Amino acid sequence: MSARDDVLSRIRSALGPDRSVPPEAVRDYRLTDDRPLDVLLDVLVDRVEDYRATVARCGQDQVRTTVQRLLTETLGEHDPADVVVAPGLPAPWRPEGSTEDDDRPAVELAARAAAVTGVAVAIAETGTLVLDGSPTSGRRALSLLPDCLVCVVTADQVVGNVPEALARLDPLRPLTMVSGPSATSDIELERVEGVHGPRTLLVVLVAPATD
Amino acid sequence: MTAVHLGMPTLPTAPRGVGHLRGTRSFPDEARDSLRNGQLRANLGHATTTIRGKRAGVVAELPDWEQLRQAGAALKRATMARLDDHLEELERQVTARGGTVHWARDANEANEIVVRLAREAGAREVVKVKSMATQEIGLNEALEAAGIDAFETDLAELIVQLGEDKPSHILVPAIHKNRSEVREIFARTMPDVDPDLTDDPRQLAMAARAHLRERFLRATFAVSGANFAVAETGTLSVVESEGNGRMCLTLPDTLVTVMGIEKLVPTWRDLEVFLQLLPRSSTGERMNPYTSTWAGVTPGDGPQDFHLVLLDNGRTAVLADEVGREALNCIRCSACLNVCPVYERAGGHAYGSVYPGPIGAILSPQLTGVEDNASLPYASSLCGACYDVCPVAIDIPSILVHLRAEHVEAQTHPTAESTAFAALARVMSRPRLWRAAQRAAGLGRFLSRGKPVLPRLPGPAAGWTRSRDLPTPPAETFQQWWAKENGGGRS
Ligand code: SF4
Repeated sequence: MSARDDVLSRIRSALGPDRSVPPEAVRDYRLTDDRPLDVLLDVLVDRVEDYRATVARCGQDQVRTTVQRLLTETLGEHDPADVVVAPGLPAPWRPEGSTEDDDRPAVELAARAAAVTGVAVAIAETGTLVLDGSPTSGRRALSLLPDCLVCVVTADQVVGNVPEALARLDPLRPLTMVSGPSATSDIELERVEGVHGPRTLLVVLVAPATD
Repeated sequence: MTAVHLGMPTLPTAPRGVGHLRGTRSFPDEARDSLRNGQLRANLGHATTTIRGKRAGVVAELPDWEQLRQAGAALKRATMARLDDHLEELERQVTARGGTVHWARDANEANEIVVRLAREAGAREVVKVKSMATQEIGLNEALEAAGIDAFETDLAELIVQLGEDKPSHILVPAIHKNRSEVREIFARTMPDVDPDLTDDPRQLAMAARAHLRERFLRATFAVSGANFAVAETGTLSVVESEGNGRMCLTLPDTLVTVMGIEKLVPTWRDLEVFLQLLPRSSTGERMNPYTSTWAGVTPGDGPQDFHLVLLDNGRTAVLADEVGREALNCIRCSACLNVCPVYERAGGHAYGSVYPGPIGAILSPQLTGVEDNASLPYASSLCGACYDVCPVAIDIPSILVHLRAEHVEAQTHPTAESTAFAALARVMSRPRLWRAAQRAAGLGRFLSRGKPVLPRLPGPAAGWTRSRDLPTPPAETFQQWWAKENGGGRS
């Protein structure tokens, strides 16, 4: 018998001929967070800052200047071409002189100073940004290897809680949920920021359209 | 190979001679040694106190914690009741998305599969994401025997590997080491380490980053575990903090994920429950820094060769026990370790298995057959704290009682060890009695005049020291050390 058939038949014999099927799970936890958007945006900022990331809020026409300001504050004087942006990042968001990620070997990104990406969803309650491997979020290596990551989040991407976020996401895409800069609790169970992922996380939160 | 329970089908348990589910000595013997180690007790006490506070804070923040917990328990129970169907669905979905699924009856088969895949890929070294399953099966030793170097990349795993030590906690395997011990290990074993390295955790984390950076960038072959697998979509998931997981899941050409067959959930939506329960229960955070999910192979993004190894190694034997099978619902958050008075004092190594603490006390003996870990079901005072914090509401005390009954049934009479340990567990689980025993021991240090082991103690510890030696307390307590190192202030 193959290992596969053997394991499956062990399971069947463990469960017995008249296996009892327990009741379905009751989903009486909160499925949505119905607080107004401006409250959710405030919660998101609070939670992301709690992870010791930096958040800047701006209007729809200020994304580029805000991204540039945060980069300069973090990197100081830098070669603009050392900043790599996701291939689908909208042109008006891109810092001057930045380069677009292409299909160069992923490890080459490790030499770059910073990456700028969009996100698919942001979760207010947990301060989580979800990147989904789309052209706007970029491939996974882009948000991993440069030491500074800038994520641009638009207000319509912000949901209240985890169930709302998963409902918006495609489980077939490679997803990365980012909650603050890389960190560890491995020494005396105290959190310290900055291990293998980006040590600096900068978030630009774009205000909703006003009409 | 042994029968699990009278009247139950006879299913094979995890084989002997491979992996890390059995200690060489019984729990009471191991615990007696670790109780002598004052530094170990101080380190554990400090770390578990920190994490208990953080967990309580973030759990209290959610008004629907109990509903999530009950939903988590119900989802896991329903999954186990149809485990065969879900595994077949998972296999179909992973295969449809370009992955290859392998099945392993036990540790030996799983190790053989990974070694063969590494050889076929021509890999001489392997980077690893922390994984309980690969620790359980002793994969590193199997790779080494095949001439392949395995590098642990999680900070705590790295500390354990460099220190040639053993893991003592399922989330933070080096929890028994404090910052200055970690500094000493790094200074001794990392070739290019800064000689001025201090014991500041941030500096230690930076040293680990520098040490592993090149290795990540040249890695071609990675091995991971999985926190969850979604049957309906073939989506795998790794929950982590440092980004070492992302490095391993993203940069190499080949990724092999070794996963116990119980780790799956039927639907994508089910993760909405577990991704709330797990981070708050484990590191005490609203969300861990990084959670990665992937389904098969994504062209142009990440490893283009993906293998999933589905591991039994005694799990079906656990499933056969209608009471004990709840142990398979565990999501390895480690909350039950962090609240357990016995774990806090005995330390993880005393349990002999890679699964220590309350969950280990019910899981290890079931995976190996209770006669191979006979003292573990007694390594508890049944105080119930583990059940209260468990995010999937596993009734650990009831399963312990069930396993004790099973052991007694098999043995006719309980061993002297188990009876003796039950007495110690009672003392350790009551702070007042324990402190009284310790105070008596402080007096005892003077009386013992530097001898490492105390004679019989009066008072509450007398029952224990009649058959066991109580350790001589350390000259310096953790609090004294802390005050000295930090000058009273903390950054
Ligand atoms: S038994 Fe429960 S509390 Fe313990 S590690 Fe497993 S899920 Fe966490």
